[in-house]
Amino acid sequence: MNKSFEPEILSICCKYCAYAAADLAGSMRLSYPANIRIIQVPCTGRVDVIHLLNAVQGGIDGVYVAGCLEGECHFVSGNLKAKSRVNRVKQILEEVGLEPERVEMYNLSSAMGSRFAEIAAEMTEKIRQLGPSPLKLKLRKSA
Amino acid sequence: MSKDAIGSVMVVGGGIAGIQASLDLADAGFLVHLVESKSAIGGVMAQLDKTFPTNDCSMCIISPKLVEAGRHLNIDLHTMTEIESVSGTAGNFQVRLLEHPRFIDLEKCTACGECAKVCPVELPNIFDENLGNRKAAYQLYPQGMPSAYAVEKADTAPCRLACPAGLNVQGYVQMVKAGKYKEALEIIMEDLPLPGVLGRICPHGCEDACRRCEIDEPVAIRDLKRLAADQFNARGIEIKCLPPRDEKVAIVGSGPAGLSAAYHLARKGVKSTIYEALPAAGGMLRVGIPAHRLPREILDQEIEVITNLGVEIKTNTPLGPDLTVDDFFDQGYKAVYLALGAHKGIELGIPGEKSAGVRQGVAYLQEVNLTGRAETGKKVAIIGGGNVAIDVARSALRLGAGEVNIIYRRTRAEMPAWEEEIHAAESEGAKIMYLAAPQEVLSRDGQVVGLRCIRMELGEPDSSGRRRPIPIPGSEYEIEIDQLIPAIGQRPDLSTIEDITGLEFSRWGTMEVDAITYATGREGVFAGGDLQTGPWVAIGAIAAGREAAESIVRYLDGRDMAAGREPVKKENPVYRPIPKDEPKRARAKMPELAVSERKGNFKEVELGYDEAPGRAEASRCINCGYCCECFQCVGACLAEAVQHGMKPKAKTVEVGAIIMAPGFIPFDPSPHAPYSYTGYPNVLTSLEFERLLSASGPFRGHLVRPSDHAEPKKIAWLQCVGSRDINRCDNGYCSSVCCMYAAKQAVIAKEHSNKPLDTAIFYMDLRTYGKDFDRYVRRAEQEHDVRFIRARVHTVEPAQDNRLRLRYVLESGALIEETFDIVVLSVGLAAIDQTVNLAEKLGIDLNAHRFARTLDLAPVATSREGIYVCGAFQGPKDIPQSVMEASAAAAEASMNLADARWSLTRTRELPPEKDFSQEKPRVAVFVCNCGINIGGVADVPAVRDYAATLPQVVHVEDNLFSCSQDTQDRMKEVIDEKKINRVVVASCSPRTHEPLFQETIREAGLNKYLFEMANIRDQNTWVHMSDPVQATEKAKDLVRMAVAKSVHLEPLHEVLLEVKRAALVIGGGAAGMEAALGIARQGFKAFLVEKSGELGGMARKIHTTWQGENVQSYLNDLIVKLEHHPNVRVFLNTEAAATTGSIGSFTTKLVSRGETDSSTVIEHGVTILATGGREYKPNEYFYGQHPGVMTHLEFDEATVRGDGRIQTAATAVFIQCVGSRNSERPYCSRVCCTHSLKSALALKKMNPEINVFILYRDIRSYGFREELYIQAREKGVLFVRYDPESPPKVELETQDRLALTVTDHILGLLLDMNPDLLILASAVLPNENKKLFELFKVPVNADGFLVEAHAKLRPVDFASEGIFMAGLAHYPKSIDETIAQARAAVSRAATILSQEGIRAGGVVADVVYPDRCAACLACVRSCPYGVPYIKDSRAFIQPSECHGCGVCAAECPRKVITLQHFTDDQINAKIHAMIEKEA
Repeated sequence: MNKSFEPEILSICCKYCAYAAADLAGSMRLSYPANIRIIQVPCTGRVDVIHLLNAVQGGIDGVYVAGCLEGECHFVSGNLKAKSRVNRVKQILEEVGLEPERVEMYNLSSAMGSRFAEIAAEMTEKIRQLGPSPLKLKLRKSA
Repeated sequence: MSKDAIGSVMVVGGGIAGIQASLDLADAGFLVHLVESKSAIGGVMAQLDKTFPTNDCSMCIISPKLVEAGRHLNIDLHTMTEIESVSGTAGNFQVRLLEHPRFIDLEKCTACGECAKVCPVELPNIFDENLGNRKAAYQLYPQGMPSAYAVEKADTAPCRLACPAGLNVQGYVQMVKAGKYKEALEIIMEDLPLPGVLGRICPHGCEDACRRCEIDEPVAIRDLKRLAADQFNARGIEIKCLPPRDEKVAIVGSGPAGLSAAYHLARKGVKSTIYEALPAAGGMLRVGIPAHRLPREILDQEIEVITNLGVEIKTNTPLGPDLTVDDFFDQGYKAVYLALGAHKGIELGIPGEKSAGVRQGVAYLQEVNLTGRAETGKKVAIIGGGNVAIDVARSALRLGAGEVNIIYRRTRAEMPAWEEEIHAAESEGAKIMYLAAPQEVLSRDGQVVGLRCIRMELGEPDSSGRRRPIPIPGSEYEIEIDQLIPAIGQRPDLSTIEDITGLEFSRWGTMEVDAITYATGREGVFAGGDLQTGPWVAIGAIAAGREAAESIVRYLDGRDMAAGREPVKKENPVYRPIPKDEPKRARAKMPELAVSERKGNFKEVELGYDEAPGRAEASRCINCGYCCECFQCVGACLAEAVQHGMKPKAKTVEVGAIIMAPGFIPFDPSPHAPYSYTGYPNVLTSLEFERLLSASGPFRGHLVRPSDHAEPKKIAWLQCVGSRDINRCDNGYCSSVCCMYAAKQAVIAKEHSNKPLDTAIFYMDLRTYGKDFDRYVRRAEQEHDVRFIRARVHTVEPAQDNRLRLRYVLESGALIEETFDIVVLSVGLAAIDQTVNLAEKLGIDLNAHRFARTLDLAPVATSREGIYVCGAFQGPKDIPQSVMEASAAAAEASMNLADARWSLTRTRELPPEKDFSQEKPRVAVFVCNCGINIGGVADVPAVRDYAATLPQVVHVEDNLFSCSQDTQDRMKEVIDEKKINRVVVASCSPRTHEPLFQETIREAGLNKYLFEMANIRDQNTWVHMSDPVQATEKAKDLVRMAVAKSVHLEPLHEVLLEVKRAALVIGGGAAGMEAALGIARQGFKAFLVEKSGELGGMARKIHTTWQGENVQSYLNDLIVKLEHHPNVRVFLNTEAAATTGSIGSFTTKLVSRGETDSSTVIEHGVTILATGGREYKPNEYFYGQHPGVMTHLEFDEATVRGDGRIQTAATAVFIQCVGSRNSERPYCSRVCCTHSLKSALALKKMNPEINVFILYRDIRSYGFREELYIQAREKGVLFVRYDPESPPKVELETQDRLALTVTDHILGLLLDMNPDLLILASAVLPNENKKLFELFKVPVNADGFLVEAHAKLRPVDFASEGIFMAGLAHYPKSIDETIAQARAAVSRAATILSQEGIRAGGVVADVVYPDRCAACLACVRSCPYGVPYIKDSRAFIQPSECHGCGVCAAECPRKVITLQHFTDDQINAKIHAMIEKEA
């Protein structure tokens, strides 16, 4: 695998837990790979299949949705909705011959700053193993 | 209440109770002063990991409340503040507050943490229950509000106080610890120009004062000063001087006093010339101290520090006939400082002293020190016991003396010389004759040949406190010597100054000066040092020189020389307590030149510390003053927020009412040896364990043993530590929460553990009496295998490998021994001493347990009118109960202030919003450096310049701090000047700062939603510190993404919906009546609807509260008040038939039954459901078949009636949990244990001979109700526990004789009894109101109780806005709890009814394309709150009800619905911008 490959990863975080945990990782001055770009949403329940597909289609190497712990969603059950949409996208990826692991769902509480850093590292490492998104390579070639 | 009631309320305590009370009040139109003694609000809840029974992350749920309270326009946070006194009366209190200095300006602090980074002082992290460390500059916890640091400081450290020069000892010791030697010297040289000199020869009075002595030995302060000077050349320190002035000052004497005066004058811009009689500068430092103690080059170098400042030293220039003080003035000197020292030796006054070979010690040393040699005998006797005698002895030995005898008239214990010097002299060969004095010098041919001495003994103490030496007659003896050197003291040589007019001298031959200014009787002449004090320490002379310099400058300026210089002495200084667990550590040894290498030379003997041992020595300092005032933080803070000069601030605040919510303190088990808490790191309190579990705690949520960070395999919890215990402590009460938190901790610990973890909870009674608590425990037991062991463990014994052994006896009698890795002490909730003092000061009555005394029928009122209480200060309780009472207290406090509502609140005056709808986006990007937090890692100018290349961006700039006031003003200017209509700030987190920037752009006329943030600090530079290139790239990406979204932003408008200022209350029991009356008293209309024909509900059947208060007279009074209140309308025999509307505006149709049904349509802003509950009618135990079998309520009724069955009974048996805690109703009915105890006591009172048995599963007399349990046992009530598997068996022995059999677990026997009375503690059931609940669309749980919006923090709200609950419909509760909840509902309702309108809109879902809606119901089904519905075949979403999660927008298959501010366009714009990196 290309050693110099730096994955581009999108993380969609809910405001109350995952985004706050990402901030806490900062307060705790934890260090994690700089490959993650975070978009905040009020609740992961807002995350639409189309958002995830847009990201994948555009050549982003990995996407993960991070919400509250299951059963602790600030909006009752939005994170469960998000989970099922992530699973739906995984299916679609599989159907079109992409690795479903490029899209993931994570759950953590706002106090889990170190878990946020771990997830970022985990996801980065996983995508590094998978290599660049084939779509990205295709887009680059055609460009 | 008088009309002039004040429309503000003070809330004391910033825990969850105080926060809730504050938010309710502020939202209902009152100005709130929230007073918190710590540096941030949040209380104990912020420390918790998870909350029971839902396992919610505690921080997740409290954090939004913190932000809300911290930013509320009408809540003034007074942190680090205490109440001094309260005067006035209800409605009009004056509260004197004392705000302790934070030392950090809240307005300027950006919480960047640079101060903590450089702070050298490590202190235990109190937020982590001392399991980890933090700095003296600290933030209580990252999410804390206000989001700012503070500096912890106590009184000036004793070492500094002990130093004559007031040197900041703690400061430079900390710098040495940090290896910052230059900074250490900078601190020292604030006061002292000669660090390397004093680092060698100072007698270090500071070390005597060092509190490390209480642990082992003092810190080697002097040697650390030397280490700093060894490591960094003092000449390299930049000495800041004021601009030079014209006046000149003459100084006589170049000793420490003269040098110090010259140094400090030079720093103040005054040039001086030093006149020195001897050929070299330094005074006694040079001629009194031999080079083996103070190398010449060190002295020379440090004198250079002074001469480098322009000070001129004229050596060989003594005062005398050719140079007088007058001459100085004639030469134009404006002032003269006399520092001649004390160089004249004192004679022995014995015969023969004039013989050759007799020489004064000071003269001998002067020659040695100026020339390197002096005539030295072979047999030298030295008289005296001070350092001069020792210096002479050690010099003489170096110069070839064969025999050196020091003759001292007292013993070693009284010897003034330093012990280490005496020891060194001895090791070099000197002998000391104690208790001896010279009598005569024996000479031959005028040359000394011997000395006659006499032996002494010690008599009574003299004026110095030392025992006086008395010659022993007849004990004379002679020794052979060839040189005698007396060294018994020195005095000043006054010959050149004694005739000067105006100068005065003491009878000891020293100079008289003003004690503060050092001015002499002659104008312009000052004096100090040994000349004034007689021979004393160099540091004293240095201090005197500095003081004289201050006086001289003031004199030159013509200012008052004494003003403000009186020494301030604090009577009882407050210091950091000596850390209990600080290990003993030996003081570092100073390396020395080997004795064999000392002969014949004056090489320095003490060699100085190496760095590593020196820094380790410095780390022994315990930081008595917390902050060491090294001022590193001042330099590190680019926002200039650190202000060490802050003083305590007193202020007086006027309020109409006060709410006390100061909370509790966890019981401290450390004094109780059987718990092995102190000294055993693996025995933890439950709060410590909470921090240990917390993901943000000291181990980041990794479950490890503190002793070795190994993962535990077995953990035990001991319940009732500091609760239900009158042997080890006085806390006889139950702490109410420990059983549940232990169960929770056990479950969470298992979740945290990668390996199988064994958890055991040792308890007496399992008191899980709250809503869903029993279910939780059952899951813990059955699904998580948590072991619940009914046994009280007496002692925790340390075992091998830091493990802990517990021995316990099961009920069967079996003795079991088990060893655990961690033992958690489930500590109780105790009263805080300071709170108790405050309560006494305020005149609030406390109960026997030192908690606030309240009545059951007035559960949040203290004994002083106008002062209310909530939270754990009223009694141990869990979070929901605290929150309920907080709201109740808010309702009570504001009820009498209703006329003053909105009178003191603030509103923001805002300009009208500009209309940009026809214009293209014009984006401004502000990139923040955040001091160096962002700019120190990422290339901010590059990010800024990059932003300028992005489409639609018309303005970019970077700022040092984007949140500072000047940047806010700048933003407004830019918006105006460049017609900006979208603003992007790239800085910290929107979580903390978005509201601030939104306010700013709104003030500039922009809609607040035209704002977007890029988080380039918390989520970028703080986490990619080591990778500046990537951090810069990421910052650019984040800015590009933010700009991309900003272009798609739309202004959003909130609309004000009308509020109907009335409440509909359903249920005419105690809860409903309380709610209705409360609403009415708040000034709103109340419609009270009761299904039956009578008010009162269940309370009608209860006669006294658990504390014995009369419920019936309370009820009657309540009814009278209701019926007479003009704001209340009561509907009896009435039910709600239909309801529509949303928060603020509901319309409900009521149907009243009568001869003919009548209906009324009412409009109301809120609804309160208080539909009550009832008693379960048992099927068990011959209930209804035998007259002696009755329920609690029937028993009460019979008792009041004087029923003969009660009066004649010989045996009464209570059976608990009848219909509760079984598979059908797996919940605890909460009130029955207390009721049985109360009833049993009543029976015993009526007839002391009666046999009373209580057959129970767990006695759940939580809180102070435990008093009843204790009393019942004292009165002889017998308690027999039964298992649900083998409940009591009741049979009819004869027609009317009951026979009961139950197994006694302790005796292991079957007990038979024939109860005359069998009282069944039957369950509490909710009233069935299926139709009503469906009508109002409110949920019920499996047991039929109403479900609150959030089990912890919204215990009276429903998830749907504008609807509240109270009373038994929510869960079984006692009447005091019911009243509190009803009043809480009033408070919650008042936050709506008091509004001018309900704001609706903003980030809510909107049906943007109704025409495309297929009414597929996806939105209706997916909304967790049931908000969308179909209206005219289209989805409809009431904006005031929408919670803004966006689930419906994502679910909607035709994308008819969108979530405002998070539209697909906006989210996709961000995603595409991320992709467009290379584009």
